[in-house]
Parts: sequence; C-alpha cells; structure tokens
Amino acid sequence: MTLFYLFGAIAVVASLLVIAQRNPMYSVLLLILSFGALSGLYVLLEAPFVAVIQIIVYAGAIMVLFLFVVMLLNEPKEDTEEARLRLVVAPGAAQMGAILAVALIGELGWALTRTGGQSGAFPAGAVTSEAAIGRLLFNDYSFPFEVTSILILVAMVGAVVLARRESRRSDGT
Amino acid sequence: MMPTLNDYLLLSAVLFTIGTAGVFVRRNLITILLSIEIMLNAVNLTFVAFGRSFGTADGQIIVFFVMTVAAAEAAVGLAIVIALFRHRESLNPDSFTSLKW
Repeated sequence: MTLFYLFGAIAVVASLLVIAQRNPMYSVLLLILSFGALSGLYVLLEAPFVAVIQIIVYAGAIMVLFLFVVMLLNEPKEDTEEARLRLVVAPGAAQMGAILAVALIGELGWALTRTGGQSGAFPAGAVTSEAAIGRLLFNDYSFPFEVTSILILVAMVGAVVLARRESRRSDGT
Repeated sequence: MMPTLNDYLLLSAVLFTIGTAGVFVRRNLITILLSIEIMLNAVNLTFVAFGRSFGTADGQIIVFFVMTVAAAEAAVGLAIVIALFRHRESLNPDSFTSLKW
C-alpha cells in the first residue's frame, strides 16, 4: 500500500509539473520520471511485461524522439510578453479549460466512489507470464499484430514525407 | 491492506484529468503532445488494473497496441510540429489559424 501511494504520488506530481513547466525540455524529463513511476505501478499489478516495455518503448524511444525535436526546434520559452498580455486581457480559454478539468475529475471521482471502495479487491495469485502474453498475442491477436506493423510503416513514411524539406534544385534533374 | 481496483481507477482518473487540463491550458504544441501521452498512459493503467482484476492477460495485450499507436502518433505529430515551425517560426497553436472560419 505504501508503495502504491509512493508511485502514485510521484506520477501525479511529475505529471502536474509537466503541465506547469515553462521549458519543454524539463517537461519531457519530468514525463520520463512519471513513466518510471507508472512502470513501478505495473510491477505492483503483477504485469512485468508491460512494466519493461513502458521503460524501453516509452521512456527509451518515444520520449527521446520528443527530446530530439525539442532540441531541434530550440524554442524553449513559451510565454512571451504578448502571450501573457493576451492571458490577462482575454482569459477565456485557459480558465474554461481548468474549470472543465475540475468538473471532469469531480464526475469521475463521484462515479468511482459510488460503487463502494471495497468491492474491487484483486484476486490472489493471478500472475500473467510473458509466455502467456506471447501465446495470446500470436494466436488470438495475430491479425491485429500484423495490422500494427502496417500502421508503423504508414506512420514512418508519413513522418518522413511531412518533415522533408522542399528542395527545388533536385526537381529538374 | 492491499490497494483495490478502485484505488487504481481513481489514480488513473487523476492522471487523465491532468492530461486533459494540459491540452486545454497550455499554448505550446509540444506540451500538448506530452499531455496526450499522459492521457494515453492513464488509460493504459486502467487496462492493466482491469486485466489484473479479471485475471486475464488481455488488458496487457491492449496496452501493447495502445503503445504502438502512441508511437505512431508521436512520430507523425512531431513531424507536423516540425513542418509547422518551418512555416511560422512559432509553436503557439493560436498562430496557425489559416483554416479557421
């Protein structure tokens, strides 16, 4: 229980700081911290496979991609004077978003506490091994697994085409 | 006393709300993409918790697919961000209003 609170508190605080940071570089690094805490929660849920790919794929690959783009664009500051002035003069969107977020957490908390806190105790000894996951993935879910590879291919081609710099010199030859 | 399913669902709801607030409040395209990642991870936590509760591995399989889609989304989204930055030298979504009616 203490480990759950520890990892949950790290995840929540780090996610809040991701939003509060003004420098996107710090946001990305704090999000990696949040993902590490979530990986610990997956271990507590007896899902070691998800915990490991959370670290390898999310923190290791996707976040490094984000970090690379942040360094490439090199625009660390968001709130220029003009943007801050706009926030003071026309404070509509941000306040509205904050109100909507508070309403959302209120609704979700209300819906979850209505069902009774003690009803959701986990059954004992339900360890899902990597072998079971692999067998499930390549038998029952083999078609979605293959579709996933096409999705990755399309995303890769799309990213290359979108981020390509238009070079007019090479068109004629 | 062990944490119950409800505890995990509440934590997931809090994380999802933080991600939603980030999408609404922040005015930086990269931070908005990071907030979307927070929301995807909150949903992943829900899937794993429910899979543990039902005693099956299907929740973890779905998490695998969600991670794949998140990787594709991050790659395409960051490519779009780079293309937009080349056009306007800005990451503020308010400066891209050409399609606004």
